Amino acid sequence: MYEIVGRKSMGEGINLYNILAPDIASKALPGQFIILRVYGKGERIPITIAKTDKNDGTVTILVQTLGKTTHMLSELNVGDSLADVVGPLGVPTEIIKFGTVVCIGGGFGIAAIYPIAKALKESGNKVISIIGARSKNLLLMEDEMRAVSTELLVATNDGSYGTKGIVTDVLKELIGDKKEPIDRVIAIGPVIMMKAVSDLTRDKSIKTIVSLNPIMIDGTGMCGACRVLVDKKTKFACVDGPDFDGHKVDFDNLMNRLKFYKEEEKASYECHTKEHHQS
Amino acid sequence: MGEGKNLNKDNSLDTKARLKIKRHEMASQPPEERKRNFKEVPYGYSPEEAIEEAKRCIQCKSEVPECVKGCPVNIDILGFINLIEKGDFLAAAKKIKETNSLPAICGRVCPQEDQCEKLCVIGRRKDTPSVAIGNLERFVADYEAKYGNTRITVKADKGKKVAVIGGGPAGLTVAGDLCKMGYSVSIFEALHEIGGVLMYGIPEFRLPKEILSRELKVLEDMGVEIFTNAVIGKTFTVDELLEKKGYSAVFIGTGAGTPKFLNIPGEELNGVYSANEFLTRVNLMRAYNKSEYDTPMKCGKTLVVFGAGNTAMDAVRTGLRLGYEDARIFYRRSRKEMTARLEEVHHAEEEGIKFEFLINPVRFIGDENQNVTAVECQRMELGEPDESGRRRPIPIKGSEFITNIEAAVIAIGTNANPIVPNSTPGMDLNKWRYIVADENTGRTTKKGVFAGGDIVTGAATVILAMGAGKKAAVSIDKYLETGIW
Ligand SMILES: Cc1cc2nc3c(=O)[nH]c(=O)nc-3n(C[C@H](O)[C@H](O)[C@H](O)COP(=O)(O)OP(=O)(O)OC[C@H]3O[C@@H](n4cnc5c(N)ncnc54)[C@H](O)[C@@H]3O)c2cc1C
Ligand code: SF4
Repeated sequence: MYEIVGRKSMGEGINLYNILAPDIASKALPGQFIILRVYGKGERIPITIAKTDKNDGTVTILVQTLGKTTHMLSELNVGDSLADVVGPLGVPTEIIKFGTVVCIGGGFGIAAIYPIAKALKESGNKVISIIGARSKNLLLMEDEMRAVSTELLVATNDGSYGTKGIVTDVLKELIGDKKEPIDRVIAIGPVIMMKAVSDLTRDKSIKTIVSLNPIMIDGTGMCGACRVLVDKKTKFACVDGPDFDGHKVDFDNLMNRLKFYKEEEKASYECHTKEHHQS
Repeated sequence: MGEGKNLNKDNSLDTKARLKIKRHEMASQPPEERKRNFKEVPYGYSPEEAIEEAKRCIQCKSEVPECVKGCPVNIDILGFINLIEKGDFLAAAKKIKETNSLPAICGRVCPQEDQCEKLCVIGRRKDTPSVAIGNLERFVADYEAKYGNTRITVKADKGKKVAVIGGGPAGLTVAGDLCKMGYSVSIFEALHEIGGVLMYGIPEFRLPKEILSRELKVLEDMGVEIFTNAVIGKTFTVDELLEKKGYSAVFIGTGAGTPKFLNIPGEELNGVYSANEFLTRVNLMRAYNKSEYDTPMKCGKTLVVFGAGNTAMDAVRTGLRLGYEDARIFYRRSRKEMTARLEEVHHAEEEGIKFEFLINPVRFIGDENQNVTAVECQRMELGEPDESGRRRPIPIKGSEFITNIEAAVIAIGTNANPIVPNSTPGMDLNKWRYIVADENTGRTTKKGVFAGGDIVTGAATVILAMGAGKKAAVSIDKYLETGIW
């Protein structure tokens, strides 16, 4: 059992959890993820690690309540435990001195980009971070991101903070003005955002890494549910990724694969909330 | 004492009389009924039936009976059958357990027709089928579980710890044997439940989870420590187990768990599954128990499974039970080349599974949401034998045809799981990236590290994985006693 030792609401159905999992905390590197099961009859869901603390043995994750599993998670409090947490899974993000790196986080993808930005900065890169949300009050981890970035740029859809628009608008400007060469872009967020970023940088030939989040079961390369098309070849996001070259990823396929169980998930969620309200 | 002891009054049949007795097949759930449920197919023998079947054994006098030669772990088959005939079922169980610690499982999943029963002397005669050794093995194991005392007490007095990676049949065997020898044993398993393929691959209707849990409980009662959710190579590495965690030796039994795909267009469509995913959803994640578990699973009209091994049979029969009206096998070779256990093929056919041979898929076709709606295949004919000695199928020009489907399962084999091999320096791999280990000792090229089962041989069988585990346990003990590598 893996105890929840901290939790915080981040607004809009997003919660932060600190989970006691010392073995994972001492091992995890930026870009890796865990798979958790809330209870003994639940699904296995992959979640990117936002932070780890080797000293108190905790792993921090941010989770948006979307379906039954995440809803059940959101009902847990400090002191409750998760049935299973396994990790750290996936290949860590490549962290070396590239020069100037743009780190882009959209929505709760900011949680996933954070440890990467931090590690890149510590490795001597100039880190320009672009984070975005729908509105100012929904922007996650701004202070943390600012602390690990050489420069932090913000976009909000409603213009309540930073540039009005989306992260790609900011990126477009940044790569458009050619003030300085950008050696690498790393983007994590909704698939549609990662696709848009990759389309932008392709023209400029800036190497772009994205972190993919397909449906997974085991996370160890056994089931193949998480297969993605990269350069028209089948890759397993769990063991070959989750990071891939954004210019080679078939994003449309990923979006369709993510939709496959939508109806079942919706039914299961509705059934769950109904039961819940009755009890 | 077995309660069947006084059931058998006649112990002295002559060979002729024995040869006259008909082989007893196990009573089973009727096909029409079972094809819509996940309950085990055969019910197993009654004590009377077991004794009658045991009487068919003519008790060959050769030093090593033929059947024993066919069993990869050389169970004293003659000995245990003799005890069944006498009605002493518990003694029979004990006899089997001298060499095979998981008889309830082997009795159910071994390809007996290629092993013990293949060599059985009476089976090689024209008119008499072999003794039903597997059924008998299953019977005594189940009998013992019901009436016997399976609790084994051991003392961990060797003062040394051994780490076992992977909780499949290879790992479970090593763990059990070393524990009995007095070692402290820990199993590290990547998934949230141990059992390996027995848990995530082989379905409930063939190997009920309850039987597996029973065997796992025996291990736990013996004191084997089980760490689930531990992916070696990620959570810990082999080197860490040896250097930091105080283990004196490591056994790797991680299986051949990475699915192969066909590499044809459309394979990325929704509704095209690897057999591992399809079966894992249903077994490990219990999608067969929809009312209690959260795992989503689709259903439709037509399901096609590509392949003809045990995995393919399990997938297609699972599909039928999930509610697909039409579940079929498409296989690129002919009936003769199928590798599945005979019993499973029979059961599948009884259940109405259609088998189509000499068919090769060329592409999957999807709708605008990228859900699979059809598969295009071509017909094949058999040419010259290939490296495996089987005649190579070659496509017939212009024979393409399209079949409408809602789901496809690809069951054409597996590759080595890369996580442990890639994170363990100093351990040689072969050209297919399986671990190189000595066949007799399980030793790898890295000191203190042993390996066995599918991660060494490639996908094989439960009993071979167990056999490898047995040998490895002996040589791990030897290594730890002498310190000589
Ligand atoms: C669907 C199906 C049906 C089959 N039917 C039959 C049959 O009827 N008869 C028969 O004899 N054989 C059958 N087989 C083959 C048989 O199951 C295998 O040969 C056998 O299970 C191999 O045993 P193993 O211990 O080597 O590996 P596995 O059973 O594969 O177990 C390996 C275990 O290691 C774990 N693991 C993997 N990587 C790691 C890691 N890095 N860290 C920790 N743990 C890890 C896995 O999660 C798994 O639990 C079948 C196989 C399948 C897939
Ligand atoms: S273990 Fe398998 S091969 Fe050996 S006797 Fe039993 S069924 Fe036959």
